[in-house]
Amino acid sequence: MLKSIKEIFRYPTVIIGISIILGLAILSVYAVTSIPYSKAISLWRASEEDWYKNPKNAGPVWINWFRKDKLPETIDIRSADPAAVRTVKETTKGKVLTIILPINYTYDDFADDMSLYFQSTFTEKAPFVGLTWIAPDGKETRLGSFSIDTKYTYRIDQDQKVTRKLNNLVATKGLFLPNGDDETSYPLKGGYKLKIEAITFDKLSDVSTELVVYGKLAGWAGTDHLRRDLGVALLWGTPIALLFGLLAAVGTSLSQLIIAGISAWFGGWVDTLLQRITEVNLVLPFLPILIMIGTFYSRSIFVILSAVIIFSIFGQGIKTFRAVFLQVKESPYIEAAKTYGATDMRVIMQYMVPRLIPMLIPQFIVLVPSFVFLEASLAILGLGDPTLPTWGKIIQDSLSQGALYQGWYYWVLEPSFFLMITGLAFSFVGYALDRVFNPRLRGQ
Amino acid sequence: MIEEITYDGTPTISKPKTQSVALKTLIRVTKYTAVRLLTMITTVVVSLYITILIANMGGYVDTIRIAQIREDVNSKMAGNPALRSLTIEQRASMSQTQIQSRIHALGLDRPFAIRSFNFLKNAITLNLGRAFNMVSNSGANSVRTIILERLPPTLVLFGASDIILFFIALVFALGLSRKYGSILDKIAVALTPLSSAPGWFYGIFIILIFASVLKILPFGGMVDSPPPSSIFLYILSLLKHMILPVMAYTLSSIFLSIFSWRTFFLIYSSEDYVEMAKAKGLSSHAIQNNYILRPTLPTIITSFALLVIGSWIGAPIFETIFNWPGLGRALFQAVGLFDTPVIIGETVIFSYLLAITVFILDLVYALVDPRVKVGG
Repeated sequence: MLKSIKEIFRYPTVIIGISIILGLAILSVYAVTSIPYSKAISLWRASEEDWYKNPKNAGPVWINWFRKDKLPETIDIRSADPAAVRTVKETTKGKVLTIILPINYTYDDFADDMSLYFQSTFTEKAPFVGLTWIAPDGKETRLGSFSIDTKYTYRIDQDQKVTRKLNNLVATKGLFLPNGDDETSYPLKGGYKLKIEAITFDKLSDVSTELVVYGKLAGWAGTDHLRRDLGVALLWGTPIALLFGLLAAVGTSLSQLIIAGISAWFGGWVDTLLQRITEVNLVLPFLPILIMIGTFYSRSIFVILSAVIIFSIFGQGIKTFRAVFLQVKESPYIEAAKTYGATDMRVIMQYMVPRLIPMLIPQFIVLVPSFVFLEASLAILGLGDPTLPTWGKIIQDSLSQGALYQGWYYWVLEPSFFLMITGLAFSFVGYALDRVFNPRLRGQ
Repeated sequence: MIEEITYDGTPTISKPKTQSVALKTLIRVTKYTAVRLLTMITTVVVSLYITILIANMGGYVDTIRIAQIREDVNSKMAGNPALRSLTIEQRASMSQTQIQSRIHALGLDRPFAIRSFNFLKNAITLNLGRAFNMVSNSGANSVRTIILERLPPTLVLFGASDIILFFIALVFALGLSRKYGSILDKIAVALTPLSSAPGWFYGIFIILIFASVLKILPFGGMVDSPPPSSIFLYILSLLKHMILPVMAYTLSSIFLSIFSWRTFFLIYSSEDYVEMAKAKGLSSHAIQNNYILRPTLPTIITSFALLVIGSWIGAPIFETIFNWPGLGRALFQAVGLFDTPVIIGETVIFSYLLAITVFILDLVYALVDPRVKVGG
């Protein structure tokens, strides 16, 4: 046994495979501990409060490492931040608040969108605000002026008056172009300021605000069409994929082993029946039946997992195991067990099944990727568990949003990368184990 | 029956001396075929019955049938001018009694155990009812028409892919088995883990490279839109659209096939009779064709059968990725529209496809395996 283990580590692919599996396991533990299950699910349901600070369809930030002209990241500044200057002047009726938000813009491309989020408290009449944009070269542009409710969102890019003022350019472009020059395709770098003057109509009234200049890059994984951080799903997809793959593979191969043992040991009609079931199972359309179960009954991952195991048990594995069991059955130690009166179940479970464990392990490891991919396939067909964030769901979203046509490649490639390394890692280890434990070709 | 070795090195089964031996072979092959056919029919019937049981666990088949009867009766009554004079209540009660009597006539009020055999009969005869939302190109909503219309594209795509895969893998496997241990062989073995990803997964990458980035091949679909009018251009357009899916399918299966078939070849080329043939100084061509390829083929065909079955089962997702207007994508659309009759009909037709595939490959097996012909 020790010798076999030493031999396994002679394969470089095994070391790569085991490192990847360990890495994925650590990632799973990190995902589960850093984002609790309930939080992951609520984050993935994409409510406004969770993700309003993220741009839509933004790439991952590391894209900038490979670019000369840097794409903008999201700039988020609140009136409560120390960098913001806030002055208050009391008037007879209320206050005049002046808030200056500094924005340091150092990117080579224009932002994706700009929004200003207001919150205010007042007793009778809502505060009134006026906005002025000050570029680094001193050019001032008046933006909208309006009264704000307790909660108010001003989407600067969608203000037609501002767009008209900026020679029909949206604010994210027009406000950042160098003075008097709308031909340049690069924004002016430097410190911009947004001056917010608010007039309140009672002394207790207050206004706070937050400016979000949405970038074209966000987070280590980017975002999707609902502003969700893909990192959440990539992280949480790991434990789900591993759990689904491992449970399905272990469940399938162990059941196969036991059923093959029973089939070989009893022979006769039991054997014939089990062989017939295997034949019927061969022509049962596995994926369409799973689709049927997913559409008619439940898309819960545990229902699907159980169905997957049930329909995979009577596969080819049973035939292979049975053939070996038929040889094992004739071994002298089985004869001995029979002589001292071991029961049938004892012989199968204690004497025959353990004998095939070395054969089982590589087979089960090789099976893992197929189940991981199966889970992704079901998600792409729209039959993934509705609440869980998984790799397959990201691919489904990206394909249905036309990521391949739009050039949002990161959206497709990131989950694919995780699927690929998971698949490769388990196959690397599985195939190497198979060669060590079942040396059919040794000595050739 | 004794094997003779002739001087050109090919082992031949002793020539049938009389007509009766040929007749015996024919009878044996026919009997084998008949037995396989009978087994296959039984298997399909059982598999269809299981499908019905699964579909009806929530009473879905019943719901479909009753909804269809209701629609039928109501539309007939609405179109009947003789009933115009009746009041709404009279008409409602009339339709109600008609619906009830038809439900009774069809046995829908009988226990499921009996009804399930009715459903089985309908499934076997492809009497699959009417779709809720989906329609065929001609506008019909019969599930059978919808499915039969989608069958040819699926057969063309997977037929071509499987044949291409079979020959590429066979040639490479045979070549590598003769160069066991060479660098090429080692590379092929090292690439085997790539087969752990399914075809649709490679499809995404291939679409990304050839359609999104290089823009030289279409993203998906079967022919250009609008379809070319001349047959020649139509075929050309079809071939252009087939390149990417065939490539994706081949990529996903080729490495494992080459590896396992190569292993089969190696096992058979270490047999004693191959050593014997080598010792006699036969040409390597003769050894390869008559001593290695021939006995390995049955094993390879079994392995190929499993591959083809896997490709049918993966069709729903593969065709969805490539927007291929076949059976698989119809199933995907049916899921999206919650079109229960189509989903069940698709499951039935896939059952048939799998069974026919197994049966055909069984026949090929009989042709290449001498044991079937001579009775071994």
